[in-house]
Amino acid sequence: MTQPIEKIETPKGERFIIPIGPQHPALKEPGHFEFTVDGETVKDATVRLGYVHRGIEKATESRNYIQNLYLLERICGICSHTHAMTYSLGVEKLAGVEAPPRAQAIRVIVAELERIHSHMLWLGVAAHEAGFDTLFMYSWRDRETVMDLLELLSGNRVNYSANVLGGVKFDITPEQAGDVLKGLDFLEGRNRHYLDVVSNDALLLGRIRGVGVMTQADAERLGAIGPTARASGVALDVRIDAPYIAYKDFQPALITETAGDLEARFKVRVREIEESIRLIRLLLEHLPEGELVARMPRRIPAGEAISRVEAPRGEAFYFIKSNGTDTPARVKVRTPTIFNMATVLSLAKGLQLADMPMILVGIDPCFSCNDRMVTVREAERAETWTWNELREHGIKVYQR
Amino acid sequence: MSNLVDQITAGLKTWARVNSPWVIHFNSGSCNGCDIEILATLTPRYDLERFGVKLQGSPRHADVLVCTGPVTRQARERLIRIYEQMPEPKFVVAVGSCAVSGGVFEGCYNVMGGIDRVIPVHAFIPGCPPRPEAIIDGVVKLLSSLQSPAPVQPIMGPDGGKA
Repeated sequence: MTQPIEKIETPKGERFIIPIGPQHPALKEPGHFEFTVDGETVKDATVRLGYVHRGIEKATESRNYIQNLYLLERICGICSHTHAMTYSLGVEKLAGVEAPPRAQAIRVIVAELERIHSHMLWLGVAAHEAGFDTLFMYSWRDRETVMDLLELLSGNRVNYSANVLGGVKFDITPEQAGDVLKGLDFLEGRNRHYLDVVSNDALLLGRIRGVGVMTQADAERLGAIGPTARASGVALDVRIDAPYIAYKDFQPALITETAGDLEARFKVRVREIEESIRLIRLLLEHLPEGELVARMPRRIPAGEAISRVEAPRGEAFYFIKSNGTDTPARVKVRTPTIFNMATVLSLAKGLQLADMPMILVGIDPCFSCNDRMVTVREAERAETWTWNELREHGIKVYQR
Repeated sequence: MSNLVDQITAGLKTWARVNSPWVIHFNSGSCNGCDIEILATLTPRYDLERFGVKLQGSPRHADVLVCTGPVTRQARERLIRIYEQMPEPKFVVAVGSCAVSGGVFEGCYNVMGGIDRVIPVHAFIPGCPPRPEAIIDGVVKLLSSLQSPAPVQPIMGPDGGKA
């Protein structure tokens, strides 16, 4: 633990520049934040991205279409299915093939289970950053239920490998469907409790209500997407705006909140879990019969295709260009977190330093590894703050 | 006499180390999958803390470095720095296929390969990602080896860390 913050004497008007980072390699978009602070108030913020770059897009060009499915699934360990599915949809579009209805439904079921697991994971991490470790432990305990369901269906907890080009790898038997429904009943009950906690728990509300308000106009101007935008009242959801696969027949409801603060972001995500549960039940009830895989041509014809999928954090976008060989000519991946980064920078201005952990976590940026920050004062004295210390600082300020 | 004291303190140190290892987790370019599973081992279902394992932030307090992901060119310096900041004796656990060998990212232009290309590794836990049970098993095996007369020796990659 470095010097407690109270002991740093700040002459009036003097500013600190606080870099957070320089890297948190867990992210696809790892960043280095610099907050200029005047006392406790953040005056300015910048971000620098591109620290942990593995070169996946280039690597896709030297692997064939089937190998790429496995590579791209490992862009992100949280929304692995989303990436594999977006890629498959793009390649299927190039080949002029559509997955059979049953495969489409199974893809959506796995995608929605993944959304539940991602949002519950976020709920826990966000609660932890707020100093509410009880909620963290509870939500992660209950999250194991959805991990069990994913394991039951796919055989793996994280990289489900559900997709093949042209369809899915596994079927859902009636017994499995029964187990999934049972698990969903439990999750629904727990989720109702979480909605109650994030709307009524006075301690948590003290940290999230009215903090980091982003108006609808701001959200649109800054290009926010996903639950971050929906919490500000922006009606934006690829599943509804441009329905793909089984979402055409099974429409999810658009979940929005108008407040735009952190509380709204909690509520949007918790209510989205509820909506996902409803959607999975509906799909299991009306699971179409038929094949699991459509026949793919041996060679992917030359051409270009884009595919869009609503990932748990917002829109995932793939551009795939084929030149008729067995490897793609170009794969461009656009993931949601980078577009929500701008909102962090904009929101930070005028807020307390203590709110920064919650503002950063509010966009769900997979922040697990950001454990380092440096305090530079007039370029003379440098202190290193760990992420934990910043978090504890936030908790301490709010204990008053 | 001093020999006996040394023996007793050494035994005491091993006892303390085995019963309450402090762990630092570093991600040198992982996809998050392994990191989530490591976090899951700390939560109620798996509860690694029942073995006395405590996850904490500073390398200066840590006994065990748990690494995930392949080593990217950007993360290499940071990984070495964290390793050097840890007090002796220190142990390194590589979690996941990427940390073991570079995994699916082997051959990417910005990836150096597995953790053992950069720092010596004591335990390898394969899997993509390894199940929480596998992570617990790996950590427990490493700890129980410390009590045996021949504790595990770290392994360095083919380039001897010159990568």
